[in-house]
Amino acid sequence: MSSEALVEIRDVNFAYGKRPILKGMNLTFPKNKVIAVMGGSGCGKTTLLRLIGGSIKPTSGHVKVNGQIIHELDRAGLYAMRRKMGMLFQFGALFTDMSVYDNVAFQMREHTNLPEEMIRDLVMMKLHAVGLRGTHDLMPAELSGGMARRVALARTVALDPMLIMYDEPFAGLDPISLTVVGNLIRRLNDALGATSIVVTHDVQESLKIVDYLYFVAEGVIIAEGTPDEIRASTKPFVQQFVNGEMDGPVPFHFPGGNYKKDLNL
Amino acid sequence: MIAAITENLTGIGRRVVGAVWRIGHGTRFLGLILFHSGTSFRRFRLTVKELFFSGVMSLIIILVAGMFVGMVLGLQGYETLKRYGSESALGSLVALSLVRELGPVLAALLFASRAGSAMTAEIGLMKATEQISAMEMMAINPIARVVAPRFWAGVLAVPLLAAMFSVMGVFGGYIVGVVLIGVDEGSFWSQMQSTVDFRYDILNGVIKSCVFGVVVTAIALFEGYDAPPTAEGVSGATTRTVVESSLAILILDFILTALMIQEG
Repeated sequence: MSSEALVEIRDVNFAYGKRPILKGMNLTFPKNKVIAVMGGSGCGKTTLLRLIGGSIKPTSGHVKVNGQIIHELDRAGLYAMRRKMGMLFQFGALFTDMSVYDNVAFQMREHTNLPEEMIRDLVMMKLHAVGLRGTHDLMPAELSGGMARRVALARTVALDPMLIMYDEPFAGLDPISLTVVGNLIRRLNDALGATSIVVTHDVQESLKIVDYLYFVAEGVIIAEGTPDEIRASTKPFVQQFVNGEMDGPVPFHFPGGNYKKDLNL
Repeated sequence: MIAAITENLTGIGRRVVGAVWRIGHGTRFLGLILFHSGTSFRRFRLTVKELFFSGVMSLIIILVAGMFVGMVLGLQGYETLKRYGSESALGSLVALSLVRELGPVLAALLFASRAGSAMTAEIGLMKATEQISAMEMMAINPIARVVAPRFWAGVLAVPLLAAMFSVMGVFGGYIVGVVLIGVDEGSFWSQMQSTVDFRYDILNGVIKSCVFGVVVTAIALFEGYDAPPTAEGVSGATTRTVVESSLAILILDFILTALMIQEG
């Protein structure tokens, strides 16, 4: 990955109380690329997004976005930076008391002084881009899971962010929605000239759309590479993860005492 | 034995310290709401929208409850006053009871159960479904955009609802006392007019309901914002809102009444 980095994570350690989550993490996210961060549940993937978004501060090390260290920014600086970011939450996080239209228009109304006619055109264009222009007057409760995710995606890119973060965008989707959301991530990134970070554990869908992958386990990067390099990797963890094998470096059994003793044999 | 006593004392201490911390957090939260209240007034439409949900939607329960409380006051008051031959003072009794005590207190209690619990559940669920986090990631302060408009809506709604409660109560007392029992209509209204003082009775009632409005709404919003993002967390927070608000209203009512009587 040779192009200029938009996000740099250097020697980042982070712990929730005494429980370490990230241990000396180093990652680079170059501009205009779609990068996946993969790993099992609870390995610290979402924590990474929260660090980039400035919701939490690293215990040590730093996270740089567009040349600025995130945790050193004051509130106004952080909010200015967040205006250039978009984040798609795991289940969309649509505002349930607003229509689809108002959800997509929300940031435009809050952050710009655009006239309502122009906002309307922009909202329709964003919804058209995700294939849901016809749903503009529906409420979030009337949408299927996949549709809600796409509306949330339209809302995420409402102000054409330079960085788009996706937290488990494929979770709980049917195969068609999965392909649609995967393609949208790639197409929107290329159309907007943005950089996308996709945190997921869906290997097959990620391998189709991303430029580069990082594998995280127990708070450290254990493998990285392009999709072709990952497919060809002989590392046991990557093999287990890509092929969905039940046992391997990630054991099936949670550590426990003597089995015979537990059965009173 | 000593170990058990120590454990109990430690438990009590921990609870007291926890409660003090919580009051501190709640007060800090109220401070944050006040600090970020600019949006609620600059974009008053946001506050009006919340005023509709918390105030207008509570009107039915307030009006019906006010009417029946007034009718009960009319009946009980007549029964008591008759013993002293003072039935003509029924108007004063109904109006003073409502304006000074029952209007502010019962309206605030009903508001806490109807609108306060709804606010807690709404904010708690917004947090559980990451809507609050999404707003923060959009560089929009959720306290300014979501919490403060609801706070000012509650603060405005409670005194208005208390006033309507009292009006309906007086009307209920009139129906029972004058229309059904036959107390003289002229003395019912004229006694009321001559005994209810604007500053001492009505204004003090308004001050009480303003205080209740601040306390009930602040508790409801704090509990919602502080709720653990789970179904159990939100349900617990909703219960706490009703319990804490009700106790706060009744305790504050005593304190305020004592202060107002001394002042009078």
